[in-house]
Amino acid sequence: MAQQTGAPRVATGTAAPIRTTKRVRRRVRMQPYLFLLPSLVFLATFTYYPILFSLRLSLYQASATVAHPTFVGLRNYTALWADPIFRQVVANSFEFLAGTVPVTMALSLTLAMLLNRAHFLTTPFRTAFFYPTLLPLIGAAAIWLFVYTPGYGLMDVYLHRLVGGGINWLGSPTLALPVVMILTIWKNAGYYMLFYLAGLQTIPAELFEAGRIEGASWWRQFQAITWPLLGPTTLFVLVIASISAFQSVDQIWLMTSGGPDNRTNLLLFFIYLVGFQFFDLGKAATLTVFLLAVLMAIAALSFGFLERRIHYEV
Amino acid sequence: MRRPKALLGTSLWALVVGALAFIWVFPLLWAFTTSLRPPGQLGSQIASLWVHHPSLANFKEAWADAPFLRLYYNTAVVVFGILGIQLITITLAAYAFARQEFWGRELLFRLFLLQLMVAPAALIFPNFQTVKSLGLLNTRLGIMIPYFASAFGTFLLRQTFRAVPRDLEDAASIDGCTTLQTIWNVFLPLAKPTLVAFSIVSVVYHYNEFLWPLIITDTDRARTVTVGLASFTQSAESGAQWNLIAAGTVIVILPLLVIFILFQRRFVESFMFSGLKG
Repeated sequence: MAQQTGAPRVATGTAAPIRTTKRVRRRVRMQPYLFLLPSLVFLATFTYYPILFSLRLSLYQASATVAHPTFVGLRNYTALWADPIFRQVVANSFEFLAGTVPVTMALSLTLAMLLNRAHFLTTPFRTAFFYPTLLPLIGAAAIWLFVYTPGYGLMDVYLHRLVGGGINWLGSPTLALPVVMILTIWKNAGYYMLFYLAGLQTIPAELFEAGRIEGASWWRQFQAITWPLLGPTTLFVLVIASISAFQSVDQIWLMTSGGPDNRTNLLLFFIYLVGFQFFDLGKAATLTVFLLAVLMAIAALSFGFLERRIHYEV
Repeated sequence: MRRPKALLGTSLWALVVGALAFIWVFPLLWAFTTSLRPPGQLGSQIASLWVHHPSLANFKEAWADAPFLRLYYNTAVVVFGILGIQLITITLAAYAFARQEFWGRELLFRLFLLQLMVAPAALIFPNFQTVKSLGLLNTRLGIMIPYFASAFGTFLLRQTFRAVPRDLEDAASIDGCTTLQTIWNVFLPLAKPTLVAFSIVSVVYHYNEFLWPLIITDTDRARTVTVGLASFTQSAESGAQWNLIAAGTVIVILPLLVIFILFQRRFVESFMFSGLKG
């Protein structure tokens, strides 16, 4: 019966075209969602869900030995605040940020200005500063581990006369963090240099020409032309450098394991320790929420800027 | 009057920048020369860049101490597996954002944006729990899966797709191309430089990644080179076998360095481009 009534309806000349256009229109309307679906499935599973998962788990006391996590409200957060190691870790992370980001940025800007000229040595020089970007951080850390080895490491051998030998760089509470910072600066300066080079190349040469005719000093030109016109680049580098500073972990894992006495223990490394060595799941989730809050704050500070870039840049 | 002054300036420039550049490459040079130093020659000489009788003995030993072939293989599968899937997901999503009108586009775009701020590295702990419950611990798929969607790649490609002339797209659909055929025949060929740039950045990033593969694997079955190098370094460090560590490090960093030297321009442009549009 159903077939019999269905067949003539399709056969009629007026009904069929309406049906197909409807179907086509629906397919076109569905298509963007189908195209976004693969990405959204993975984003949902590995970006959105883990955020919610961490938020929820941070309200529970949970460890690998306890079968059923118990709801404890905000107690994980208050416990974290009271934890002297956590305070130390936060202080270390901000010290690391303050010690690496401005120095790396100043260095990369300087390098970009020095290497923004036509000369046969420019390309080899740029390569020399850029290549650490391509090295795995863990491989770079393995090399630098030797640089700092007491007794016969490069630091001791070459700085022997200046500072005297036998310094245990990575074992010293005062030197360990700066020493890890130096490696980090070395690794990233060439990468940020590229952004500054790209930025410098967008500044019209006439501006400098005009400055020179007016008799402006080098420093005056820098103040009036270079620095303001590189503003967007500086903000962009500041954001990515800050985000990457808060995610520094590989070099810590290999060089110091957070020591001595937690002096080089940074946020992400602390999450690794708590979650994968101490198996304190509730605390690891709480720490993750904290790190996310820090990253979100950095993002929020720069949001207006980022949005403008993404929406209006051609 | 002017020319000698300029010459002096250039020489000074070359001297200062050259000295700094030398400091920058010194660790790498040291790693190379030390890896070639015969096992017996240690002591204070180890800090010099001169090798008296270069030998490959360290490489032989390092190669025997760690399963580098297996590690290379795992890394290649992981790196190209991620890239292959990413190219599909970002192409489809970028096309939708660049050329299609649909309800919720702004909101979905912002949701994508979130991944740029909340990088996967910050989510190692919850994502480990997810990979674990999916039964993917100790697998290469477990290492790859969080990276299959890339907001960064989507944005990069969306910008490129927006610049594709409408006329070309219309011509393709008049010729009877479906949307997918249009993407394949019109959009992707025009986006080749972007695709190359994204691929280089993606491969370098995932080749070098360490902490995530470390926590996902606890045997050599699925481990990548960086994880292998880390455990290798830790065991050799205790014996202060620096020539061995240097050889292991060279084995791990060499593939990317060689490709970089061959395609230097492309690499530098890709990384520059990635930042400009990221």
